[in-house]
Amino acid sequence: MAYTEEELKKELETKEYEYGFYTDIDSDTFPIGLNENIIRAISKRKEEPEWMTEWRLNAYRSWVEMTEPEWHNVQYTKPDFQAISYYSAPKKKDKYESLDEVDPELLDTFKKLGISIDEQKKLAGVAVDIVVDSVSVATTFRDTLAEKGIIFCSISEAIKEHPELVKKYIGTVVPVKDNFYAALNSAVFSDGSFCYIPKGVRCPMELSTYFRINQAGTGQFERTLVVADESSYVSYLEGCTAPSRDENQLHAAVVELVAMDDAEIKYSTVQNWYPGDKEGKGGVFNFVTKRGICHNRAKISWTQVETGSAVTWKYPSCILKGDNSIGEFYSIAVTNNFQQADTGTKMVHLGKNTKSTIISKGISAGHSQNSYRGLVQVQPRAVNARNFSQCDSLLMGDLCGAHTFPYIEAKNNSAQIEHEATTSKIGEDQIFYCNQRGIDAEKAIALIVNGFSKEVLNKLPMEFAVEAQKLLEISLEGSVG
Amino acid sequence: MLLIDDLHASVEGKEILKGINLQVKAGEVHAIMGPNGSGKSTLSSVIAGNEDYEVEKGTISLSGENLEDIDAEERAHKGIFLSFQYPVEIPGVTVTNFIKTAINASRKAQGLEDMPAKDMLKNIREKAALLEIDSKFLSRSLNEGFSGGEKKRNEIFQMAMLEPKLAILDETDSGLDIDALKIVANGVNKLKSKKNAVVVITHYQRLLDYIIPDFVHVLHDGKIVKSGTKELAHELEAKGYDWIKQLVD
Repeated sequence: MAYTEEELKKELETKEYEYGFYTDIDSDTFPIGLNENIIRAISKRKEEPEWMTEWRLNAYRSWVEMTEPEWHNVQYTKPDFQAISYYSAPKKKDKYESLDEVDPELLDTFKKLGISIDEQKKLAGVAVDIVVDSVSVATTFRDTLAEKGIIFCSISEAIKEHPELVKKYIGTVVPVKDNFYAALNSAVFSDGSFCYIPKGVRCPMELSTYFRINQAGTGQFERTLVVADESSYVSYLEGCTAPSRDENQLHAAVVELVAMDDAEIKYSTVQNWYPGDKEGKGGVFNFVTKRGICHNRAKISWTQVETGSAVTWKYPSCILKGDNSIGEFYSIAVTNNFQQADTGTKMVHLGKNTKSTIISKGISAGHSQNSYRGLVQVQPRAVNARNFSQCDSLLMGDLCGAHTFPYIEAKNNSAQIEHEATTSKIGEDQIFYCNQRGIDAEKAIALIVNGFSKEVLNKLPMEFAVEAQKLLEISLEGSVG
Repeated sequence: MLLIDDLHASVEGKEILKGINLQVKAGEVHAIMGPNGSGKSTLSSVIAGNEDYEVEKGTISLSGENLEDIDAEERAHKGIFLSFQYPVEIPGVTVTNFIKTAINASRKAQGLEDMPAKDMLKNIREKAALLEIDSKFLSRSLNEGFSGGEKKRNEIFQMAMLEPKLAILDETDSGLDIDALKIVANGVNKLKSKKNAVVVITHYQRLLDYIIPDFVHVLHDGKIVKSGTKELAHELEAKGYDWIKQLVD
């Protein structure tokens, strides 16, 4: 247990103590609070065009009228939105000359995760020569992508360089007024990623590879927009298995995916933000809105492995607008100690012959609460819509909770909807069986959990699946009692 | 190799084993027979180190080492293997993956590196062939949807892979048809050597036609009440357990 949480706890406690909630106080940080002037200032600082400023203001005006949702099955103290600074200068990270200076416990965690030395250096903030190294790697990637006409850059850059694309698609999948957090994000989003795959292009690499090397540190209000034009394909991976050391308590990201006719987007997420300490103190509130729209014969596949954050509120969804389109959701959500997760998906069937698949695996340990909440909605025009949902919960110990809230609305008689749910507990007989074969209890739990999660782990890009598997083990370390 | 001295054990406060004495030497096969509820499975669980059972008195030692403070997984590392009467299911974990994990856990305990993938594969193939297990079986989830015979065959496959010093076969014959019984028994016989020992726990004499014991012990109400050679098993089969009861009374 001496690995990340203890170490993160220590680090975050000192950071909080030192800097408070508002990151580094330097001349570039805005005063706390939110009002129209702050929004204008953010937009100006980012050198955005007028339409973007107006878009943000419009979002802000909607947000002011909205109230924070309370229907979810999580409990937390609501953040004071006027006590947050909504723009801060790029974060200063400690720089080290070599890995020898980096906290050995952090390195140990990296090693457990199987992260390469170069990436370790990058993630730990080891300076210069390595960065030069990865910059060159990144440049090669950038050239390869550019050859195919693929645009992959920060959303800020896209607003400046490709305003027509951003303007056309931003807010079309997750409207500004969609929900409280989405409206907040629209008003104040700090940065994020933009990706455009032209017609008929198959993105030649997992964008994860590129992304991880280039990762600038996720912002508090991240905004991602991925547009796959007709007959294109892209696999995108966000997040990192390495523990994220972010002192921001509130995260409200928005991700929008647009899959045009015959396009396919595979979006994988690994989320491992600070979950709070063993007593449930601290930790990130993660309120995310993720949604994709599928046009004719398009396919969107969400895969997520969620192990971090104190509170998670997240429902990656698919609007199956086009005929014969396909939506998929594969999820593993792990909660330990005092973590709370309310996560799931919405599959909205609008087009004919649309298909959706939901595989959700919830693992609860400690005192945690893990809820699956999903909606399968079949609209009147959606002839022959089909859905298959499977929600499995695995419990460890008897202090945690697993909950399932499936909602089904079928407005067309031809719909076929299947829902399966199971709840199981890791049994002492299973552990003893493993012990008898020489496998200790920790390893036995890891084995059982990995077996339980296999269908979802198999959906992750290969190299990431291995890391995710180890991440599950680490997240549940110390939960054997 | 195995020395049990005046072993008393209980579960949930109820005494099951009431003074067991048993000595098993390398190269020997012992059979422990007895009616239901006589303590056969408890004895195997206690030897394997199941913490649901409380050892009240007496000792178990393996190659001269007292096992009192040794966990189940360490006992496994030291060479104790238990073929379960009711093997558990672990969904999503393949037979191959499970045995790999088990072997590497034992190797790690001995300070060895993981077994190279090539050697592992070769080993798996050889042992699978020995027990007439086909390769499709190896990629199925552990015990999930297995027939009784498949479960037992898988137990013996794991035994073959782990090469234990002391193997305890708890009712391995239950749920096996005659063909499966022969395959399993044949597998066990091939694995027998002068360096290891086998304890067969069984209700019926049937299995002992195929795995010939050097000694037979009859367990009754938590005690070994009679010991003998393989003829004792035949006598028991002929006269029934009531004969033992009368003998004790």
